[in-house]
Amino acid sequence: MKLPQFDYQAPASLSEAVALLMAGNGDARPLSGGQSILPIMAFRLAEPSLLVDLRNIPDLRGIEISAAGVRIGAMVRWRDILDNAQLKVVLPLLPEAIEHVAHYQVRNRGTIGGSLAHADPASEMPAVALALDAVIEVVGAKGKRDIAAGDLFTGSLSTSLSHDEIIVAVRFPAWPAARAYAFEEFARRRGDFALAGVAACYDVDAQGRAKNVRVSALSIADTPIRLKAAEAAMEGRVMDADAIKAASAAASAEVDPAGDIHASARYRKALVGTLLGRALTRAAARTAR
Amino acid sequence: MKPHHGAHTSNTYIGAHIERVEDYRFLRGEGKYLDDISREGQWHAAFVRSQIAHGVIRSIDVSKALAMPGVRAVITAADIEGDIPTIPFRRPNPTIGPYAQPIIARDKVRYFGEPIAMILADSPELAEDALQGVTADIEQLPVIIDCKSAMADKSLLFDVTGSNLASIFNADKGDVDAAFAAADFIIRDQLSTQRQTALPMETRGLLAEWDAKNGKLTVSGAAKLPFFNRSTMAAMMNLPETAVDYIELDVGGGFGARGEFYPEDFLVAFGARKFDRPVKWIEDRREHLMAIGHSREASCDVELAFSKDGVMLGMRGDLFLNIGAYVRPNGMTPVRNAAQFMSGPYRMPAIHIAAYACVTNKTPAGTYRGPGRYEGNFFIERLIDQAAAGLGVDRLEIRRRNLLTHEEMPYSLATVLPSDGRADTQCDSGDYRVCFDACVQEANWAEKSKLQGKLIDGRYHGVAIGCFIEGGASGPQENARMVLEKNGDISLFAGSSGIGQGIETILAQIAADYLEIPMERITVFHGSTNLLKQGWGSYGSRATVMGGSAVIDACKKLLALFRISAAKRLGVEPDAITIAEGVARLADGRSVPLAEVASDHLEVDGSFKNQTPTYTYGSAFAHVAVDPGTGHVDVVDYVVVDDVGRIINSMTLHGQVMGAAVQGFGSVFTEELIYNDEGQLLVGSLADYLIPTASDYPVVRCVSMEQFPSPTNPLGAKGAGEGGIIPVGGVVTNAVANALSSFGVQPKTLPLTPSRVWEMIEDARVRA
Repeated sequence: MKLPQFDYQAPASLSEAVALLMAGNGDARPLSGGQSILPIMAFRLAEPSLLVDLRNIPDLRGIEISAAGVRIGAMVRWRDILDNAQLKVVLPLLPEAIEHVAHYQVRNRGTIGGSLAHADPASEMPAVALALDAVIEVVGAKGKRDIAAGDLFTGSLSTSLSHDEIIVAVRFPAWPAARAYAFEEFARRRGDFALAGVAACYDVDAQGRAKNVRVSALSIADTPIRLKAAEAAMEGRVMDADAIKAASAAASAEVDPAGDIHASARYRKALVGTLLGRALTRAAARTAR
Repeated sequence: MKPHHGAHTSNTYIGAHIERVEDYRFLRGEGKYLDDISREGQWHAAFVRSQIAHGVIRSIDVSKALAMPGVRAVITAADIEGDIPTIPFRRPNPTIGPYAQPIIARDKVRYFGEPIAMILADSPELAEDALQGVTADIEQLPVIIDCKSAMADKSLLFDVTGSNLASIFNADKGDVDAAFAAADFIIRDQLSTQRQTALPMETRGLLAEWDAKNGKLTVSGAAKLPFFNRSTMAAMMNLPETAVDYIELDVGGGFGARGEFYPEDFLVAFGARKFDRPVKWIEDRREHLMAIGHSREASCDVELAFSKDGVMLGMRGDLFLNIGAYVRPNGMTPVRNAAQFMSGPYRMPAIHIAAYACVTNKTPAGTYRGPGRYEGNFFIERLIDQAAAGLGVDRLEIRRRNLLTHEEMPYSLATVLPSDGRADTQCDSGDYRVCFDACVQEANWAEKSKLQGKLIDGRYHGVAIGCFIEGGASGPQENARMVLEKNGDISLFAGSSGIGQGIETILAQIAADYLEIPMERITVFHGSTNLLKQGWGSYGSRATVMGGSAVIDACKKLLALFRISAAKRLGVEPDAITIAEGVARLADGRSVPLAEVASDHLEVDGSFKNQTPTYTYGSAFAHVAVDPGTGHVDVVDYVVVDDVGRIINSMTLHGQVMGAAVQGFGSVFTEELIYNDEGQLLVGSLADYLIPTASDYPVVRCVSMEQFPSPTNPLGAKGAGEGGIIPVGGVVTNAVANALSSFGVQPKTLPLTPSRVWEMIEDARVRA
């Protein structure tokens, strides 16, 4: 569990970083918070020849809040998100989810961009990005492009990023005033990888009905997934106990999780529904206030 | 209440809440562990471990590794001349000889993780790089992973024995058939506990140095039993014992696993001697999980016989312990302990238990805190709660009626054969109902029991109580050497070893009280084989009782010498002198302080011999709340009350009890070493092996009593390092069963993972 040999560079600009990754031809990897790549290397599961540390690149920093929404630089750390009082108002689902990320020490180092690029299906951030229709800004040798969250995750620990592309920022659309939301996950110990988790939000119309429903789940498939059947069960309904029950049942019915050493498939399938039921109960209580 | 029979002294360190001497350096980051030391020119070792659980080694090719940068050598079985040495047993019996572990695999591999080669390189990184340069051609054999297939002899690990049973221990007492024939009620169940490891936070580490000129081997990184390991190493190396030293540094936890003699102990030293180079090895966590002793994988099919009013009449059945691929030095301890101690604190007139030690293609097992006792306690406490329900007797009453009383002491447990030297044992002292009643009070059972099975805010609440005994004070002897230094301070060299339990504090307290001098004037050195001629170490909850009693002997001898020295100076007969608070006085007012006789070079060897174990006993209470949606179990309250004979330091004692209880929660809920059918360990890091963290179990309360001192030693103390973990499995599981009583859930196996708890509830719902 000692690190294999590798070279290290910490360029001061995005273009230099992209050039280094390009030259690495797939054998170079960006380093952001290092909370996943370094343990993976220590386990000798990956042995990149070069780590390109993004810490010195100013373009990757900062949280910008505007009428259009929120833009968070890729190197913004979990701690920065939790410390930002405005985010609790303008994008409250995000900090609520980030509270569940690992432990204090990891939250001090881990970054939003690193988590999205790492694409661990058990991570909170990919599921939140999916639920909130986030757009991922990336830059590579061929220039800039935007990737919708739904198009980023292609499998467990794999994305549609090419080897020379770096995530620059994540954009979240503006948060409507009448939006209900909640994030729920269950882990064996606080801070462990969740056995399952859900992010849910919807807008409440004048008649109190749920509109623009978005529900995503983590740790239930190879990628974070939208729970479309649960969304359909909610869309246009007043989120009372019956509606919540229907959404919960739909969520359990539509997922097909795998079992592992921590939990059976059968348990995870039921757990998704249980967690969505709890999330929606809290979400509804929030709008009632 | 009996008085203490320890000598009365003017100091009162014993029994006080005294902060640990060790903590001054630990809290300042000044602890010195094995990885804090290095030697000029040292090589680093890394081990190639079999990825095949069972197979015949056809060939091992190390050429690629040898060609890699920084690689100095690769050792395989081919480099060992003659027979491959096997690791000796600490508690031998007539049947286990063929199952001893060879220090490296030569013809056959028997478990995933078994060492097949050792790389020596200039850095740990380069050594690890070179692991990929060794290829082993291994012809796979059928894999045995559980006791059932082991006992069916579907594939033999040791062709020479023709069996996969290393030993069968029989625990017997009274006429069990008659007891069952006379019974009004019989409860029978099949239960199991899962494979675990002790998981000290500091993994193993060794630094071996060979002094070619003097023919001397020094091994740093000793723990637990340095003297036994020294004689083992000396025999394997064909060296006199005096040519080997084991040096003990700070040790980050033992819990039974750390400090036993493992294959790496020999190989690292072998490399140092062969190449005349210091060789250092630090075990990483992944290999720790596959290489250090495992424990606890046990199952039972046992029945208890009762009279209609809940009096225990007898116990019979079978225990199956999956001991892994070899019998390690202490590999039989959990097996024979489970058989002997399953009756625990209860009056059990008739017993027949057969405990089968099954060899399988898993990491060899050893001891883990409360070995065999934790497993046996889980089995009997589950049976007792089910019996209470079946008989319609209150759960408190059924225990109270069967707990041993003061009048019955000493009380004989079942005899276990084949004998490992401890076939017979007796509970030494105590009234087990006293702790039980105190626990009932402390837990507020009268109020808490109203919550049984209740659904409150979405969680089902349950309570339970369980009882235990803990064996301590393992014999045969401990030594302590005491030297009066020039400035009048005392250096105390103890044969006991430090594994994080605070013996520097405990032994200094005892010495300070008996010498009647301030504790600050005593410095304790411990563990290393160069401190005194012979010692034993710290295992079986022995250091306080055995080491502490040896210290008392040394104190008495030192005071006797002080008296003689002082008498000479004062020109009187020794009898004329009174010694108090470190000063020798005469009736006429003349006096000589201890420091003044330092020029006489006072030095004494103290020792304490004792083959009679102590039995701390107690009761534990658990209140849990179960979330039926997630299967999560919250430990709302946990109380343990024990009687330790005599409290030396209430702070370290409670640290032991709480730490052990929390470790037990890990056993009940999260920790499991899971293998696939090919015998590969699926748990490779602490993200998969889930130990309790600081925030998981905030409420553990402990109360310690000292009403019945042990008659076995001058302190009256009893070993108390393991009792905290013994009852946890039984009492917590019974509380969960109590919480889920409306579903009729009866857990049979641990751990109680959220998934498993939810499935039990769900299956019960489907059945209903």
